[in-house]
Amino acid sequence: MASQTDHLELEHEVHDGTEDWSGGKAPFNTSYGKLMMWYFLLSDSFTFAGLLIAYGALRFSSPTWPSPDFVFSTHPFGDSHLPLIFVTIMSFLLIISSVTMVRGVQEGKRENKNGVVFWLLMTVLGGAAFLGCQAWEWTNLIATEHMSLTTNPFSVHNDAGVYLAEDGSDAKKDGKIESFVSGDGYLIHRAVVLTDDNDPRGKADHHADDHGDGGGHHHEVFVYKSQLPLDQTHQLIDERGYIHRKFKLTEGLDAGKVKTEEFGPKAFGALFFFITGFHGFHVFSGVAFLLIIAVNAASGLYTARRNGYEMVEKIGLYWHFVDLVWVFVFLVFYLL
Amino acid sequence: MHLSYEESIKHVYKGLVILAVVTLIEVFLSLIGKGDFFPALSNAAPKVTLIITGLLIIVLSLYKAYYIIGDFMHMKYEVRGLALTVLLPTLLLVWAIIAFLQEGGSWGARREWVRQKNIVPAEQTAKPGPQGMIMPGEEDVYFRMF
Repeated sequence: MASQTDHLELEHEVHDGTEDWSGGKAPFNTSYGKLMMWYFLLSDSFTFAGLLIAYGALRFSSPTWPSPDFVFSTHPFGDSHLPLIFVTIMSFLLIISSVTMVRGVQEGKRENKNGVVFWLLMTVLGGAAFLGCQAWEWTNLIATEHMSLTTNPFSVHNDAGVYLAEDGSDAKKDGKIESFVSGDGYLIHRAVVLTDDNDPRGKADHHADDHGDGGGHHHEVFVYKSQLPLDQTHQLIDERGYIHRKFKLTEGLDAGKVKTEEFGPKAFGALFFFITGFHGFHVFSGVAFLLIIAVNAASGLYTARRNGYEMVEKIGLYWHFVDLVWVFVFLVFYLL
Repeated sequence: MHLSYEESIKHVYKGLVILAVVTLIEVFLSLIGKGDFFPALSNAAPKVTLIITGLLIIVLSLYKAYYIIGDFMHMKYEVRGLALTVLLPTLLLVWAIIAFLQEGGSWGARREWVRQKNIVPAEQTAKPGPQGMIMPGEEDVYFRMF
């Protein structure tokens, strides 16, 4: 019995928590919580690396790939096309929120409660602004440009050519012939498909203006579902209403041959939504935890605890990791 | 951190400037590579421009990662053992990147090979054969012989 009591006392001491890691010495000179946060982030980095490497492998396996400066050239400030500007602003938001996070940790070290709460809330603001931008980006891609998990309307021309007009001649836009060279991107627009054959909106001709841009406003085309697929001299409207324009090659062995715009590599949409979505989910969780910790800090919880503002340091590590992952998502998806 | 409070605040804002400037340079390089800026460069040597700007962007991104981990996450000031247990396992990714990009390239090559195979050779129907020596319908026998 006596030895059992000793054992219990020992157990009690072990879980007492009066000593670092209860062995009297903190391994790696850090707290258990911070070390485990590091190892969690390590495992998380493997998940993101897996996703980004999958992107790389699929991109390498594809003969063409949509160019990011064409796909990501829209922004909520107007119809003009500014390649990569909007995502650069998103990057700045995350960098700034990382800096406010460091300021929060610094104020925590000084046990300055108001400072911690203020900088945590600034960080929340940065994260929320980033999420707002991402929401706009997704809405634009899904609702305006009609990209989905399995349909990718963005692609790239492999040859030089010129688009066809309704009468089979060279298409003109603003008085200029609509020609393109190899490497130019295109977006397959989508018509509004009317299920009711008597809908008056479909009486107008099937004429689509303003193709070949990265989205934005183009006048809507209405087609009856019963007419699809609709094969015309200048375009093919498929069963789902995607308008594939036709063009004539002007160079190479096939010069003079008429071709139809094809969808881009299928994996692009799924990869985009999955990778940026997974990152956005991390940002969202980070914002939620930052809010919880800000409330805890404001309530004076951390001043009463033995380890002070360590929780702020731990969420700080997580938040910087989210910024770190964005560095690579930005690199792989938007820059390369 | 062995810096005073004022020094460490300065240090953070220096970090902000570094990361922002490096990001701007990256975007600038990327747009040169895609031909949005200095199209003459991209037109003259599209592949070379794309590869050189791409490599520079990768190096700059790795520098940003180093800065975020080292300074913002304080890895520079942690014990060496902690840094090694976190950073060494990521070396496994080096092989993953090499292997899967190679694999992706191989898928692409095979897809192209199948595509080439599927192209029906043009105008194979007109076979100039010796006249009067082979009965109609026996052309295939003739061609199988050679």
